Amino acid sequence: MSRMRLGSPWRWVVLVVGVAGWQAWASWRHDPFFPAPSAIIAQMHQMWFSGPAAHLFLTADATGNILPSLGRIIAGMGISIALGVPIGIAAGRSRIMAGYVDPLLQFARAIPPVTLAPVFIVIFKIGTQMEIATIVFGTIWPILLNTMAGARSVDPIQVETARVFRLPWHERLTWLVLPASLPKIFAGLRLSMSLALILMVFSELVGSTDGIGYEMNNAANAFDLTTLWAGIVLLGILGYLLNTVLIVVENRVLAWHRGARQLAT
Amino acid sequence: MLEVTNLSHTYQRGGVVHTAIDGVTFTVADGELVSIVGPSGSGKTTLLRCIGGLLTPTSGSIVLDDVPVRQVPDGLAVVFQDYSRSLYPWLTAVDNVALPLRRKPLRRAQRRGAALAALATVGLADSADRYPWQLSGGMQQRVAIARALACDPVLLLMDEPFGSVDAQTREDLEDLILRVSRSRGIMILMVTHDIDESVYVGDRVIVLTRGPGRVRAELLTGLPEPHDQIKTRELPAFVRLRAQVGRLVRGSPPAPDGSGRQEGHADHS
Repeated sequence: MSRMRLGSPWRWVVLVVGVAGWQAWASWRHDPFFPAPSAIIAQMHQMWFSGPAAHLFLTADATGNILPSLGRIIAGMGISIALGVPIGIAAGRSRIMAGYVDPLLQFARAIPPVTLAPVFIVIFKIGTQMEIATIVFGTIWPILLNTMAGARSVDPIQVETARVFRLPWHERLTWLVLPASLPKIFAGLRLSMSLALILMVFSELVGSTDGIGYEMNNAANAFDLTTLWAGIVLLGILGYLLNTVLIVVENRVLAWHRGARQLAT
Repeated sequence: MLEVTNLSHTYQRGGVVHTAIDGVTFTVADGELVSIVGPSGSGKTTLLRCIGGLLTPTSGSIVLDDVPVRQVPDGLAVVFQDYSRSLYPWLTAVDNVALPLRRKPLRRAQRRGAALAALATVGLADSADRYPWQLSGGMQQRVAIARALACDPVLLLMDEPFGSVDAQTREDLEDLILRVSRSRGIMILMVTHDIDESVYVGDRVIVLTRGPGRVRAELLTGLPEPHDQIKTRELPAFVRLRAQVGRLVRGSPPAPDGSGRQEGHADHS
């Protein structure tokens, strides 16, 4: 049996076939709710990517909506990491700390962030702050919990090695606990990244005056299906790109982990 | 000098009470390499952990260079049996070796220099920038030994260090430890279950009884220097010693009052 190489060209086969099928169907059907891919792409180009070369071909619409949305995702993830990782490590290494944190954690993580959106609107008013708060509230839990799990599962022999060589606590943190927890932390990051995208769109639907979600909401209200679909496709592309960036970073940072695991199997 | 006096430790977990060692007494002189051998369950690892300050014994005392050991003492280094879990996989060999040196006020270049020197001692200068998982088992254990030597310890504890490597590598590592002992003059305490190894490597062999562990016998090996894997192991003195230790390890349970300690030494012919 011939080995089908999963190199670059072949991975896209399913997507290409799907899109081609859709195009054929839409040309035949002319359904207003499912415009043809060619129309969607044309709309995307016209709305966002037909700007001057100096602005990387981005239109004013793009810089006014796509960039703020991206900014909110990055800010939200950044805050979640800045809070989630330290607390996760402290709770993972200290049983006392875990005892304090855990009940609160289990309570808070069960609350769907979307239900808290009205609360955040009251606290932060409409705008970027409210959206970042929503994103943080949704993305911090996978990061925190995974960091806790990672910090808790540091190999006891490695810990004993640090004890025997009398490493001070800050050296232990930097050279033992943090690297040992990184694989699980990255798993948490990937979960959170996809959540961040979803929460960004949602919070923009209810509490914003710009952004991709805001644009999509307006388009839906005006029955501008083509723009709505353009937004959907853009979100898919953004999600894919963000995930890819994360994977590239993970592969650089965790090269040692892959190497060690390969040997173990 | 290391003085262990009447050391006992009893584990209590839940309702289970288990005395691992009961009244162990011995000394290690400066520059001496002492093997500790005994049947499984004789508390060898417990003994080592108490001496290393990782465990607080229920009774007895440990004095290292006139300072009582209450927690991990200064000048201690340990080589664990499981090197693959003791070396940090996210650090290269040289960074692993340099890690204990972070405690000292050295500059980065000095740390790296000391680490490279230690790696050269164990013959791994070329593998400095490789990761542990890129090295064979024997090489990894050598990195662990280099790491132990890099911080210039006074006392080196080794817990069945060569149990996880193949026989060929084991011989090389035994000779390495002998070289280190002769050239550096540090106290080495090596726990092993391999009777041949205990006699070949040790200046003195301490035999523990079955659990709860006590010192059953201490033997001076006194084999002629330098030790050679083939020649030394052929010597009648070696064979006699080995048999003696073997009988002691297999022997009957200790006398109820904890005596039965024998002083013995090899006779050369």
